[in-house]
Amino acid sequence: MTKVKSLADLRKMKEGLESKLNLREKSNNPESLVQIRVAMATCGIASGAKTVMEYMIDELEKRNIEAVVTQTGCMGYCYAEPTIEVTLPNQDAVVFGYVNEKKANEIIEKYIKNNELVDGIIPVNYETIKK
Amino acid sequence: MAKFKMHLLVCGGTGCHASLSQTIGDNLKEILVEKGLDHEVQVIMTGCFGFCEKGPIVKVMPDNTFYTEVKPADAREIIEEHIIKGRKVNRLLYQDPENKEHVSDSKHMGFYKKQIRIALRNCGFIDPENIDEYIARDGYEAMGKVLTEMDAQQTIDIIKKSGLRGRGGGGFPTGLKWEITSKSQADQKYVVCNADEGDPGAFMDRSILEGDPHSVIEAMAICGFSIGATKGLVYIRAEYPLAITRLKIAINQAREYGLLGTDILGSGFDFDIELRYGAGAFVCGEETALIHSMEGMRGEPTFKPPFPSVSGYLGKPTNVNNVETFASVPVIINKGADWFSSIGTEKSKGTKVFALAGKINNVGLIEVPMGITLREIIYEIGGGIKDGKKFKAVQTGGPSGGCLTVNHLDTPIDYDNLIAAGSMMGSGGMIVMDEDDCMVSVAKFYLDFTVEESCGKCTPCRIGNKRLYEILETITLGKGTMEDLQKLKNLSYVIKDTSLCGLGQTSPNPVLSTLENFWDEYIEHVTTKKCRSSQCKALMQYIIDAEQCVGCTACARNCPVNAITGERKLAHYINQDICIKCGACLEKCKFNAISIQ
Repeated sequence: MTKVKSLADLRKMKEGLESKLNLREKSNNPESLVQIRVAMATCGIASGAKTVMEYMIDELEKRNIEAVVTQTGCMGYCYAEPTIEVTLPNQDAVVFGYVNEKKANEIIEKYIKNNELVDGIIPVNYETIKK
Repeated sequence: MAKFKMHLLVCGGTGCHASLSQTIGDNLKEILVEKGLDHEVQVIMTGCFGFCEKGPIVKVMPDNTFYTEVKPADAREIIEEHIIKGRKVNRLLYQDPENKEHVSDSKHMGFYKKQIRIALRNCGFIDPENIDEYIARDGYEAMGKVLTEMDAQQTIDIIKKSGLRGRGGGGFPTGLKWEITSKSQADQKYVVCNADEGDPGAFMDRSILEGDPHSVIEAMAICGFSIGATKGLVYIRAEYPLAITRLKIAINQAREYGLLGTDILGSGFDFDIELRYGAGAFVCGEETALIHSMEGMRGEPTFKPPFPSVSGYLGKPTNVNNVETFASVPVIINKGADWFSSIGTEKSKGTKVFALAGKINNVGLIEVPMGITLREIIYEIGGGIKDGKKFKAVQTGGPSGGCLTVNHLDTPIDYDNLIAAGSMMGSGGMIVMDEDDCMVSVAKFYLDFTVEESCGKCTPCRIGNKRLYEILETITLGKGTMEDLQKLKNLSYVIKDTSLCGLGQTSPNPVLSTLENFWDEYIEHVTTKKCRSSQCKALMQYIIDAEQCVGCTACARNCPVNAITGERKLAHYINQDICIKCGACLEKCKFNAISIQ
């Protein structure tokens, strides 16, 4: 193991290590970040939700967007899988259907970065009981 | 390289460890490998989450799902349902005791809402056996700053200004202690961490050492730099094996990184830490006794002055601080004295860790700002008294403290208010008692402890406490007189006034405090020979109500000493001279014919 020789070294090391804990750090206050939920029920996974989720996680990190990507169960839009729900800070959640990597890219570039809506929004057809 | 998309945090604190959390972690890892997910999901053993009542805890990140009472067999369901299919395992979620709803994340649990975690900041968040995770959370940043950008006096000034007081019980200002030790002249000085946690029911120091050992190591180095010491010693009791293991791992990791050793971070400052094991004597929490024990002598206190800051370990100036005090130091350096002193009350700054135990719903470890009320701790964080019983008292400060009653529920908790209420902060154990607890027996329990733990050096403590215990014993046997109560009081004051160390000076506190707050219960024991909580066996009788008894003989058949007589189908009778008051008959009677009087 290499020795840490100065405070600058330590800080550099910390920067490198920080990303490993990012996942935990962020989930402490998800409200202030972009939250993305990927529907990962059997139907979602079968249509490729897993690839989409991985793509989202990797791309958001590459593009330096602070976001929490989590998986959830069936949202009920099985006809439009894979579906993802995006919640920007202080905004209502928006659900996108038929998301593949190309669509995901568009969502990140247009909706998440510029708050510009893109095709493929699924109108929410139910309300969830609030706790 | 594996890139993890999910983290599974498994509590590795002593409580959860005892409920097989290690096996849970192993099972999770095994199943992840089986499913080919071991490169996507990481399993991390952490320190104590504090919510020991519902352990073992497994927390899923990033969705913050908080699973409680997990069993090794549940690992498969968590992975197959939650990780693979994305459906939370409802039956393992925490259930709100009031509306019975499942609460999925810890933020919305009453237990965590009022807490501010400073000393416990990393407990249940990082892997205590991985220094990298500590560094990622600003670990050793404070030490780096102090060693390279500040001088000793500046460091001491920050601690002084923050208002941090000793968390081991006495509440002596930490910065002042450091300053006094720094001014002593000597060729060698020592930093000692007091990890001899002895109060019954207290486990905060243990949890910090198990969950975040690096924070203590870092703070000891900071202290060493401030007072001019190059050697640190941790005095830890041998019955904390997990804490010792993790501390050793942490020290080795810090050495490998060069964060302990010579010329730390190129500053020219040398510091290293060794462990010293205690055999678990309560008196060794007292600093002079602790030092003697480390020197290999009998763990007996000696007269102060000279204070350890002048002449301590091997006659050299020694600064002794408690684990929790140390754990708060790095944060104070990083965030500033003003930030720390903005939390808490006028004279007690920051937060305090309490170990909640006894008749309370959420037994566990909590960290709350000073000045919080007992009501908030017991009813909001603690979830109220078990089985809907009535709150009677809470013992703070262990055997050195006293009890707080219903009248103190709204008193803001800090060092001075607790002393004014006849108790003390102590190390932070809080034992909650309900209507079924007899306060005379409680006082007797603590005296039993101090009689056992008195080192025997001073007569008032060695013999006086024994006499106190005997008088309490007489009272619980129903043979006490009003004179005994007066004797109790007088003797208590004599012991307090004439003992050398903190143990004897505080050991009568449980007696005085129960006398003060529960005088009527003592009177009842003495005059009417009754124990209202039915705890004192000598003062109660099991009676069969002849009208209710149908003569089924269940009680007579189950009585271990054959104290019950009666014909079949006729009322039975308990011979009080033979009865040992075991309660077996009461349990067996299906007709509610037996009662305690």
